[in-house]
Amino acid sequence: MSLLVKGGRLVDPASGTDEIMDIFIEGEKILKIGKNINLPAKKIIDATGSVVIPGLIDMHTHLRDPGREDEETIRSGTLAAARGGFTTICCMPNTSPVIDDPSLVHYILRRAEKEGVIEVLPIASITKNEEGKVLSEMGRLRRAGAVSFSDDGKWVSDAHLMRRALEYVKMLDLPLISHCEDDDLSKDGVINEGFFSTVLGLPGIPREAEEIAVFRDICLTRLARSSLHIAHISTVNSLNLVREAKKRGIKVTCEVTPHHFTLSEELVRSFDTNTKVNPPLRDKDDVRAMQEGLKDGSIEVIATDHAPHSPEEKELGYTLAPFGIIGLETALGLVIKELIKPGILTLSKAIAKLTVNPARILNLDRGRIREEGLANLAIFNLNEEWKVKKEDFLSLSKNSPFVGWTLPGKVKWTIFKGKVVYQC
Amino acid sequence: MSFKRKDLLGIEDLSPEEIYFILDTAKSFRQILDRSIKKVPTLRGKTVANLFFEPSTRTRISFELAAKRLNADVVSFSSSTSSVVKGESLLDTVKNIMAMRVDCFILRHPTPGAPHILAKNLPISVINAGDGSHEHPTQALLDLYTIREKRGKFKDLQVVIIGDIAHSRVARSDIWALSKLGAKVRICGPPTLIPPQIEKMGVKVFYSVKEAIRGVDVVMMLRIQKERQNKCFFPSLREYREFFSLNEERLGLAKSGAMLMHPGPVNRGIELPVSLVDGKRSVILNQVTNGIAVRMAVLYLLLGRKR
Repeated sequence: MSLLVKGGRLVDPASGTDEIMDIFIEGEKILKIGKNINLPAKKIIDATGSVVIPGLIDMHTHLRDPGREDEETIRSGTLAAARGGFTTICCMPNTSPVIDDPSLVHYILRRAEKEGVIEVLPIASITKNEEGKVLSEMGRLRRAGAVSFSDDGKWVSDAHLMRRALEYVKMLDLPLISHCEDDDLSKDGVINEGFFSTVLGLPGIPREAEEIAVFRDICLTRLARSSLHIAHISTVNSLNLVREAKKRGIKVTCEVTPHHFTLSEELVRSFDTNTKVNPPLRDKDDVRAMQEGLKDGSIEVIATDHAPHSPEEKELGYTLAPFGIIGLETALGLVIKELIKPGILTLSKAIAKLTVNPARILNLDRGRIREEGLANLAIFNLNEEWKVKKEDFLSLSKNSPFVGWTLPGKVKWTIFKGKVVYQC
Repeated sequence: MSFKRKDLLGIEDLSPEEIYFILDTAKSFRQILDRSIKKVPTLRGKTVANLFFEPSTRTRISFELAAKRLNADVVSFSSSTSSVVKGESLLDTVKNIMAMRVDCFILRHPTPGAPHILAKNLPISVINAGDGSHEHPTQALLDLYTIREKRGKFKDLQVVIIGDIAHSRVARSDIWALSKLGAKVRICGPPTLIPPQIEKMGVKVFYSVKEAIRGVDVVMMLRIQKERQNKCFFPSLREYREFFSLNEERLGLAKSGAMLMHPGPVNRGIELPVSLVDGKRSVILNQVTNGIAVRMAVLYLLLGRKR
């Protein structure tokens, strides 16, 4: 099967390419990149007026399989991802059961192979059952196909255990991913602590719950001479701690979610539980800081933290509803609307944070467009606007605070290993 | 002035005019309570559902009586939230009751925003009878009514609220209400029970009862929940009493003739000694009586007239 993508603006951050180019695909791979390719192809995609980028990589996705297949399956999660322009997603291990055993890594890979439309790479847990007590068999998990380790949803609060985890993982040449939250301090909090938590009578989560955890984990990374990736950073001070660590040569990277560089806490006034997320939406200064951190490169990665939840659970009221926002289908639109259009990031810099940067952190041969490379592409129209509608989500869950928004950057085609897996 | 709202969810978004309008309406209903026949036909044929998902005696009975005084039919439902299990949605429960053709929900719920969600999703009136630590608008209105009855005006009146401000919906509603009408509000409690940035609501914060109470016209005490002492908000009830309870000496620092209020139920002997609860400064029982008039006014304004 051959496929020719013609006339699109090819933006490949890894090589610094940004010009009109054709791409000729044979089977799973890109055979040729060039101007006015005239090879005979079974199928031709006219990408004139569109941008052609490497398929996006999300290094922070929650699929609910196994355990809560009513909220998301590998099938529905990958369909949603493809609609958002993603061709690789890394799923977090806090499923039921927790992905802490090679057999479960195999399960996810097999299932993704069978019913997924794009690639799913499992992240396994740092500790058995994410209990923070005993290390998972990271070596065996790695061999089974895990691409990193995280107890996402929970912080490894035992400093000694975290130190050993950071040391041990060095032999696998991977970073640990830390969900930085001192939950003794965040306690039963549900929104950012501050004026709004006071007025609304909702228990607050202080920024310091995140910052204390970020600082400790940076210290331990230095001690262990290891590398660390901090998940969903959300405060000014967390960011400054990361900047300071980088200056000192500590190997630390971080990610921010689209909702944390877009939304601020006053939204919780609606009591809409689709604004309930962990870390919580912070204030306008934090949002601005996230944008600055993306701009100056302190934040290398944009990740969705796609967290599907059933309407029954989201309807339980603000204190009882689970934390989480779905993000796969709105991420690219928000990046364009909030970062590219206002001139905070160039198109190429922004796309890097969704492709080659996460690939480098996880040592994946993904996230770039090159001859002989896998034909994973997303093709979108930078200016074409679309309305976010609940009923259009391919995710099984609909818990998005962006419903009703108009976003630019409609994805037209997503191509995975040479096959069109999404077309609008 | 007219009152065009479908719901009463909180004091924060009410205008001073709306507040005065409710208080004036309550005044005309207040007289009815002193008659030998305490009933008017205003809401005949209307049905009010009292939904209490938290234990309450006073507020539930007060709303029930208010509705009955107006000739409405009342159904009451009480349930402890410990029975709220996964998958049980408040909206679902309430839609079922609405299908039985009730005209108004009065909701007490431990989750802030619960009445707001109902109000947004249902075509009928919703009255917030306390949502977690968020708001308790009818309590604030009856407090205003009681202060106005004794003092006549709010402008530059000094009011101190003492106790667990952090977990108090009464404090929040009273702070909004009093500030909107021109009173000056002080709050006082241990720093662990003063929520962050509350100064932005327009109050002055004190940690010393003696300083807070000096020269005030109204002293409002809040109930201290005994369970808080196990959650490191304060070390012991004994210490709390020593630092934050009211006594004759401390009350003596207020203006002569200052009013003593409490939203109830009082922990007798903890935040207030018995002698003060029943003393001449106490208007605690007036608050309870006025509560019915205020709730009659609210029910009338939401249900009694064509919107």
